[in-house]
Amino acid sequence: MQLLYFAWVRERIGLGAEEVDPPVTIATVADLIAWLSSRSDGHAAAFADPARLRAAIDQAFVPLDTSVVGAREVAIFPPVTGG
Amino acid sequence: MSDQAIIRVLVTTEAIDVAVEQIALEQGGAVATFTGLVRADDGVATLELEHYPGATEAALTRLAEEAVERWSLSAASIIHRVGPMQPGERIVFTGAASAHRAAALEACAFLIDRLKTDAPFWKREVVGGEGRWVEARDSDDHAADRWR
Repeated sequence: MQLLYFAWVRERIGLGAEEVDPPVTIATVADLIAWLSSRSDGHAAAFADPARLRAAIDQAFVPLDTSVVGAREVAIFPPVTGG
Repeated sequence: MSDQAIIRVLVTTEAIDVAVEQIALEQGGAVATFTGLVRADDGVATLELEHYPGATEAALTRLAEEAVERWSLSAASIIHRVGPMQPGERIVFTGAASAHRAAALEACAFLIDRLKTDAPFWKREVVGGEGRWVEARDSDDHAADRWR
């Protein structure tokens, strides 16, 4: 699974993208975020408050309780601030 | 009209030329446009725009298509600048063309309101050499919600 990070999520983790192979127990984006938190101090800092995070699966915005089963690309980022 | 509607979506590091964009929309009987400029709030020296390549263009295209369908537009444009920019520069342009003014004005407002919540852009302000990510505003969610 390809992961993409943007804005302060990317900065705290220190990576814009990484490839991961989550265990089968990871069902939703929220599960994925909790699992990723243990990868490094940067991940832990980026994912400390899931209420401040938003996500997209295969380039479409989704709520954090959405299933990640079969997802090719998951992006995790702060609320958007364009315009 | 919607069958032949012209949709123009562009995410660019180049300056936005509003004359070119206005002319591209000029058909039907009415054109409404919105231009957003970088504000110098709180001493902002530089504004940097990050986006999610691919997903951004897809989100903007979906918005433009929704506007065309909902207001039977003859044309819809969304242009958004990314990368570093200075106060006073144009950051975003939305435009809608229709037979009459009401549809064009409403569709133009829809495009900018929904762009703020539905497209993956992030603003980072540089003030006094320090960078800080701009926080999302509840008022933007409320503005977008009135079109749902």
